[in-house]
Amino acid sequence: MRPFDYHRATSSAEAARAVAAPGATVIAGGTNLLDLMKLEVMAPERLIDITRLDLGGIEETGDGGLRIGTLVRNADLAADARVRRDYPVLSRALLAGASGQLRNKATTGGNLMQRTRCYYFYDTAMPCNKREPGSGCGAIGGVTRLHAILGASEHCIATHPSDMAVALLALDATVELEGPEGEGRSVPLADFHRLPGDTPHIETVLQPGEIITAVTLPPPVRGRQVYRKVRDRASYAFALVSVAAVVRMEDGRIAHAALAFGGLAHKPWRDPAVEDLLVGEAPSEALFDRAADRLLADARGQGGNDFKIPLARRTLKAVLADATREAAA
Amino acid sequence: MRTELTVNGTVHVLEADPRTSLLDALRHHLGLTGSKKGCDHGQCGACTVIVDGRRINSCLTLACMHDGEAITTIEGLGTPVAMAPLQAAFVDRDAYQCGYCTPGQICSATAMLDEVAAGWPSHVTDDLEAAPDLSDAEISERMSGNLCRCSAYPNIVAAIRDAAEGTR
Repeated sequence: MRPFDYHRATSSAEAARAVAAPGATVIAGGTNLLDLMKLEVMAPERLIDITRLDLGGIEETGDGGLRIGTLVRNADLAADARVRRDYPVLSRALLAGASGQLRNKATTGGNLMQRTRCYYFYDTAMPCNKREPGSGCGAIGGVTRLHAILGASEHCIATHPSDMAVALLALDATVELEGPEGEGRSVPLADFHRLPGDTPHIETVLQPGEIITAVTLPPPVRGRQVYRKVRDRASYAFALVSVAAVVRMEDGRIAHAALAFGGLAHKPWRDPAVEDLLVGEAPSEALFDRAADRLLADARGQGGNDFKIPLARRTLKAVLADATREAAA
Repeated sequence: MRTELTVNGTVHVLEADPRTSLLDALRHHLGLTGSKKGCDHGQCGACTVIVDGRRINSCLTLACMHDGEAITTIEGLGTPVAMAPLQAAFVDRDAYQCGYCTPGQICSATAMLDEVAAGWPSHVTDDLEAAPDLSDAEISERMSGNLCRCSAYPNIVAAIRDAAEGTR
């Protein structure tokens, strides 16, 4: 690991100012950052430790939603009674990710900021436009089992590894940011992560000198919430494909459908056209096939991940069958 | 930099490079070699310790970030002559082969049973709002962050069950 200066922040504005400096990086749980620093994939000159700040806690908002402090640990969020009752898809997604030890450390904001697990990003002997802009993409033409089938570019085919973010996206979460003068702004999670394009090293809309302070959930949607994750082993593995669904039925028809996908793209993926196609319709296998056709219309495999196209179809159909059947009961 | 850690009830003051992981602080600076370094990347769980009641991977955290906190390692859970129930259960069930992962398994299981007692659900819990039962599937899922390359898993699950049921 390269040497760095360690600084313990005393306020969120001070942390934001400190992180505006080139080479400075926020550390919270550290479970991904320290892993990458040991491999020298990341080599920050200065770590800004925000773990002593008052940015934890889960509070109810005035409109009946929840505000989740950025330092709330994944384990605490998954176990929160309100989350288990009103946002079960979020508990399920969190519990499907990582291990008990990691969930005890990993934070809400850190989970959103975690980096891809692309093998070529991790291997400093290989080219990677994310790690070293302009060096090329080692994954294209290489081993691509984990890689994207939607929204990729000729510069990067990496996927976002989070389960939590997929559930948050289906729940229409908002990310709260704070700048160096204490000024805040809110960004819908759908707009927080970026597609790779020709700048895959820029992964979010977070600006230098901004930190995540919280994630806010709108009031819960009635209906059935499902998280289904397909992976190479039964526990403690990243998603090949995951689907988060929030579905409400009325009179045998789909009244609301929010669907988000993990393992498919550089960001948690959501396609409003898929949801529009479902709303107002009675569930049927033909309908679910049309939804999968729409989702995967532009899907493109890289060879090693071609299997994800039929796998995404089957997973989506299984989730829709589950969500519409139980919601109707 | 100066870091104060309370390890197994004893206060230690550490003067170390900020790069020092909690695991290296315990092993190299304090001589507590029970916590093991397996992968050093948070994938194997051999380094699991309990910090302020929570099980974590001590390899994936900086010692300086734990200034003022209380850490329990395998040495703090019991001794050869006064074993903790989980330690005795592991011996009784022969829940290891080479033993390298065992301190991490036992620290992890100790805190895991507290998580169950607190009602935390897991990936395999059917009802998120009900009190979880401790089926073999639950134990396996909750312990998935601790690998055993000798694959002593059946006996590890049995030992944890024994300790949880108080039969040890």
